[in-house]
Amino acid sequence: MKVALFATCLVDTMTPSVAHATASLLQRLGHEVVVPPTQACCGQMHVNTGYRREAVSIVANHVRAFAGAEAIVSPSGSCVASIHHQQADVARRAGDETLARDAEELAGRTHELSQFLVDVLGVTDVGAYYPHRVTYHPTCHSLRLLKVGDRPLRLLREVRGLELAELPGAEQCCGFGGTFAVKNADTSTAMLTDKMANVLSTHAEICTAGDASCLMHIGGGLSRLRAGTRTVHLAEILASTEEAVTPHQSTKPAVSRPTTPAVTA
Amino acid sequence: MTATVPPKAPTFLGLPTAPRGVGHLRGDQSFPDAARTALRDGQLRANLGHATTTIRNKRAKVVGEVADWEQLRAAGKALKAATMAHLDEHLEELERQVTARGGTVHWARDANEANEIVTRLVQATGTGEVVKVKSMATQEIALNEALEAVGIEVFETDLAELIVQLGEDKPSHILVPAIHKNRAEIREIFARTIPGVDPGLTDEPRQLAMAARKHLRERFLRARVAISGANFGVAETGTLTVVESEGNGRMCLTLPETLITVMGIEKVVPTWRDLEVFLQLLPRSSTGERMNPYTSTWAGVTPGDGPQEFHLVLLDNGRTAVLADEVGREALHCIRCSACLNVCPVYERAGGHAYGSVYPGPIGAILSPLLTGVEDNASLPYASSLCGACYEVCPVAIDIPSILVHLRAEHVEAQEKTTAEAVAFRALAKVMSNPRLWHLAQRASRLGRLLSRGRPTLPNALPPPISGWTRSRDLPTPPTSTFVEQWTREHRSAK
Ligand code: SF4
Repeated sequence: MKVALFATCLVDTMTPSVAHATASLLQRLGHEVVVPPTQACCGQMHVNTGYRREAVSIVANHVRAFAGAEAIVSPSGSCVASIHHQQADVARRAGDETLARDAEELAGRTHELSQFLVDVLGVTDVGAYYPHRVTYHPTCHSLRLLKVGDRPLRLLREVRGLELAELPGAEQCCGFGGTFAVKNADTSTAMLTDKMANVLSTHAEICTAGDASCLMHIGGGLSRLRAGTRTVHLAEILASTEEAVTPHQSTKPAVSRPTTPAVTA
Repeated sequence: MTATVPPKAPTFLGLPTAPRGVGHLRGDQSFPDAARTALRDGQLRANLGHATTTIRNKRAKVVGEVADWEQLRAAGKALKAATMAHLDEHLEELERQVTARGGTVHWARDANEANEIVTRLVQATGTGEVVKVKSMATQEIALNEALEAVGIEVFETDLAELIVQLGEDKPSHILVPAIHKNRAEIREIFARTIPGVDPGLTDEPRQLAMAARKHLRERFLRARVAISGANFGVAETGTLTVVESEGNGRMCLTLPETLITVMGIEKVVPTWRDLEVFLQLLPRSSTGERMNPYTSTWAGVTPGDGPQEFHLVLLDNGRTAVLADEVGREALHCIRCSACLNVCPVYERAGGHAYGSVYPGPIGAILSPLLTGVEDNASLPYASSLCGACYEVCPVAIDIPSILVHLRAEHVEAQEKTTAEAVAFRALAKVMSNPRLWHLAQRASRLGRLLSRGRPTLPNALPPPISGWTRSRDLPTPPTSTFVEQWTREHRSAK
């Protein structure tokens, strides 16, 4: 299958390794990956902060960038949820019915990574190797808006060498919430502290999730505490293989990065 | 009452919102400021964490028993939506039926009118004191304060409400107004304020309940006037309904000669049968019980049985304005179960007082700004991480996160002066809709690398608004290349 990858603005700019891992994983599974170069953002941050009018042109750019794509995959539950639940509404409210319909149509072909793997490709064993103790945080938008359910856990259980530690209070929000983390920094931090206490109680080396944004928040907190546990995106774990392991690996995901053009297997 | 003219009421879509200067819908601090103080109160955090976890688990258990819970929820939502679409007709029917059964109906446009009506009715009976059934509507309009201002003594009879009243405190939860207090604190309040209380009172729940019972018993027996709210008002039969756990409400509703009920206009349901749905949804969502111990229903007056004079005050206080908001009107479906408070991670940590309104938690974060006009409660729609736990448990499926986002936009769009935030978001929107500008901006973000001078994270001390992040979290140093940039470079050369 030819898969268009939507990296999301945050991953693209701040944690490109997550997008590289997603591409590498999909290629390993035998799919052709394309990266539309004019992609930018889904508009979620604008909508959720109150700038829904301003978000219309961002949505329009997104729809243009991915026009004609057969399937679109993104390593972010939250951005996919926004594409599914907000983009068309925002366009419709602004009176742009054509854009609303195009956005709806595009949303129908847009998948969150774990849902794409399990539901569309029908795989749970992606052939990954990651010999570490890992705990999984189900991010709110993956859990409640996209209803990814136990798909990420099913994928993780098949990863060789991986020891899965159950996270207490897993379904409680980590406190990120986009601009909430800044506008209500104190409450956000209080929520983060409780999340980190639960993460640390598992003695996991790694806390993983399907959203780079929540992981940047949890990881930023853990890093500030100089905790031993760090955060790694689900895509990076699933993309890790034994072949790519290097002598100084530690918990850094072992992802081979193909530099030749992607070919359909 | 005082002769001062209340400040000019704000409006929404030309309809009056809840007036300023009366009632408890507006706080005197923004949410982030109030929360900052509350978060430092370890006792409060422990009390709330314990109480909300307990109710949350109880609710999950009894809801799990109902096989058709999702259908019930959908039915509740549909009934409410259908009722709101013809609210005026149902209210007029309710008025006709209550009147036909010997009651009197009063229409109150806002808190001031409602307080005046009730004060006048109480004064007409010649009594100097009233007993009260726990009621959110009367808290909303600050009826107690209005009655006390003319020398009428008011006794709250709900145990938690009594604790709040005796402690000269404010309610912090819809169902359990004293949820922020633990047993030791309650013992202290009782020992200090209840006249003639047993000096050996301990914090054992039964002892506390008995002390309150003894204190209240005398009031019930001598009260001539009771004031209540209503959970539901059935239009076709003129029946009012109060749902409670303690039986103290039942005492108030049956013993006094005069009963005055203040009901928000959104509490009307068209038919008796509608209660079938709501009386299943409410107790399981609210106290986590299969059925609540006391459900009182009455229609007008019955000669020789119960109050012989009944007044129903129908309260608008901004509700019509809420109804005019296509997205926000769903907030009027709320049956005040408080399930959304108990699951909310923000409420659990900041507590109810931080919301500044009698309606705290997720429902408060939408209902308070809707009733007052969003500019009078502008920080509340932002008091949520949009985690969606509230929507998931709401028995009438109110999409609270979507309404929060809608109200944020209403706030942004109401600004007449351009804020720094708006300038930034508008510029960013331009950049994010133009790939060339976007790539330039991404490249510029790499200047952050200069700040970290080779370290994996940026410095902790950065200017606002980034300081909001970096005070408690490290920010990674931006990478040398974006994904799209690198991918495009590598794949172009190979083509
Ligand atoms: S909004 Fe829903 S969950 Fe919250 S109090 Fe109202 S009915 Fe209950």
